[in-house]
Amino acid sequence: MANPTKMRASLKDGVTEVRALMQHEMENGRRKDETGNIVPAWYITEFKVEHNGKVVLDGEFGTSVSKNPYLVFRIKGGKAGDKVSLSWVDNRGDKRFDEVEVG
Amino acid sequence: MHGRNFSSVDMGRRQALKESGSLGLLALFTLLGLVPGAAWAATNKAAFEAKTLSEALDALGGITPVDSALIKLTAPDIAENGATVPVTVESSLPRTQQISILVEKNPTILAASFNISEGLEGFITARIKMAQTSAVIVLVKADGKFYRASTEVKVTAGGC
Repeated sequence: MANPTKMRASLKDGVTEVRALMQHEMENGRRKDETGNIVPAWYITEFKVEHNGKVVLDGEFGTSVSKNPYLVFRIKGGKAGDKVSLSWVDNRGDKRFDEVEVG
Repeated sequence: MHGRNFSSVDMGRRQALKESGSLGLLALFTLLGLVPGAAWAATNKAAFEAKTLSEALDALGGITPVDSALIKLTAPDIAENGATVPVTVESSLPRTQQISILVEKNPTILAASFNISEGLEGFITARIKMAQTSAVIVLVKADGKFYRASTEVKVTAGGC
């Protein structure tokens, strides 16, 4: 089971700024371990962000996104108590869904 | 003889129940949006496998982006650690729909692609890996047209 995405959504000047840290190794499939074997590619391929159940952002990752992908984005409007969720799926089919309230 | 018939009927019924059960669950998960692949944006595998800029532009539909001063791209001039290079893109282009981040000299050039809804500002920060000193290129799709901006990032220790 994947570790939870750390997320904070804060309202400022009519914009909800979200900072999200997904916890994932993001192996690019080219790195070798101590014994010289290639570590197989293992990375988040898609993610989706919803604001009160409506998709506001979605995207795809390749293998060049850093370990523990970190994103900052800004939702127009929003108010305290609104729900912001982030879900992702990786190339092994593992997935994660996390939700926070706008503070 | 009888017993055998019963058991085969029973097996069939169990199988049918099992299948309808899992189908029902799948339908429920799809409804709840818990099956990401199903309802999400069409994946653009070819673009993520592209090794050069021209391959990537072809995979994205043979696009020819034009330089735009309305895209503000912020990345460090010198990155000491290529494993985490912060990149911020701010697009003031009206109706920004998509932002893609590319690293010209990485083994695969496209790092990430974001679909921006109307409910989102044309702003994104992400952290990417860079194998070596390279141009970081940003493609922005706005009102159906493609625009670009780029900057050079010097990498002292590659992280790819």
